Amino acid sequence: MGMKMDIELIDKNGLRIDGRKPEELRPIKIEAGVLKRADGSAYVEWGKNKILAAVYGPREAHPRHLQKSNKAIVQVRYNMAPFSVGDRKRPGPDRRSVEISKITSEALEHVVMTELFPRSSIDVFIEVLQANAGTRCAGLTAASVALADAGIPMKDLVVGVASGKVDDVVVLDLGKEEDNYGQADVPMGYIPRTGEIVLLQMDGDMTQEELFKAMEMSMDAAKYIYGLQKEALRKRYEMIAREETEEIEGVQ
Amino acid sequence: MSEESIEVKRELVLPGDLIAEGDMRPGTGAYAQDGKIYAAQMGIKNISRNYVNVFPLKGHYMPKFGDKVIGIVEEMSANSWLVDINSPYPAPLHVNEVPWKVDFGDTGKYLKVGDVVLLKVAGIDEAKHVKVTMKEQGLRKLTGGSIMEISAYKVPRVIGKGGSMINILKEYTQCRIFVGQNGRIWIDGDVDGIALAMRAINMIDNNAHTIGLTDRVREFLEKESKEIGILSKEE
Repeated sequence: MGMKMDIELIDKNGLRIDGRKPEELRPIKIEAGVLKRADGSAYVEWGKNKILAAVYGPREAHPRHLQKSNKAIVQVRYNMAPFSVGDRKRPGPDRRSVEISKITSEALEHVVMTELFPRSSIDVFIEVLQANAGTRCAGLTAASVALADAGIPMKDLVVGVASGKVDDVVVLDLGKEEDNYGQADVPMGYIPRTGEIVLLQMDGDMTQEELFKAMEMSMDAAKYIYGLQKEALRKRYEMIAREETEEIEGVQ
Repeated sequence: MSEESIEVKRELVLPGDLIAEGDMRPGTGAYAQDGKIYAAQMGIKNISRNYVNVFPLKGHYMPKFGDKVIGIVEEMSANSWLVDINSPYPAPLHVNEVPWKVDFGDTGKYLKVGDVVLLKVAGIDEAKHVKVTMKEQGLRKLTGGSIMEISAYKVPRVIGKGGSMINILKEYTQCRIFVGQNGRIWIDGDVDGIALAMRAINMIDNNAHTIGLTDRVREFLEKESKEIGILSKEE
């Protein structure tokens, strides 16, 4: 971030390095229920990002001292595959992935109805298979689809989306080059229906007006991504619901 | 379930979907906010009287009072056993809750780790501390046979309307079958019969949501049982 480079991130026509307009997202593809062994799962392709999320639980929380007597805990592990970035990423948790795990867990805890499952744990695994800037947002988006897929009670789906500032222009959804050589990156976790912000970070700097503009952009984009999330879940389960004509409750 | 609720169109709802407004109350899988009712779970919307419910499609078994469940003994102590009932919460089975007179420290004489027991959920509190009992008719230690696991939400399918499905299974496989509400199924009988019952149950598990499943399972069992040579009582 903030490194000066000769490359032009925004061209004369106001288009970005990958040809997008400032308020344009990268193409997003979401798929729900992709893993058989996990209770819930989702796969997200967000531009060149490829992310897999899996959810287990609610299950017994171990070690026991982590258990909360009045609610479930949401444990998140964000992990980048060694082959996810240009140079090999040294495997294992590092400062960055521990931080992302923590903030994702806190964002999800906001929507999951943890009070229904005291003393248990809901485990979320986010695996980044290919990274190209904005993985924490894509990971959060995938994780909330996976949670819904697992049938876990939650108030709403969370959307992760970033915006930032590049060559003095406020832009949505930064790509790799924009993230590396731009001026600011603002990832955000947002619930479109209620307007709640469950995650907000800023790397780099921008003025208050620019920040508000960036957030505004993210919120608009979040509504679109929220639609994609629901569409993915509908696509996976619509048929099942339609065919569910027999009785739901049987008595032995 | 009442007749009128079966008439209602099956509608898939997702967390955060607005499912009702006005003079309705949130039932299971739903919550109210600012006078409106939203789905809290992915599932099928159901309205019964003035309650809006969401019946989940997936999820873990949550113990409910009165459920008959199949448990596996996990741990023993001097006056109780810890039983895994396929839920996030293990269930302690106290010596007072078994039909035998167990002396202090003699728990191992009656049930050992790995034993399978048929239990009833006798209570569950707010902190989800489960109490189970074996002191009721029909509840016992299960010996012999095989155990298989399916999703707890598919249990009603294996039982069928008024027990139709389970009766077909029993008839064609000549096995004793018990389906626990926690998704564990105990099958005892002839080896071929058990294998056939398991295949049929897997078929139900994989096609739980399709129409005319009972007929297809009957067809499958009819054909297969003839091949194997299991005779149903009627023949």
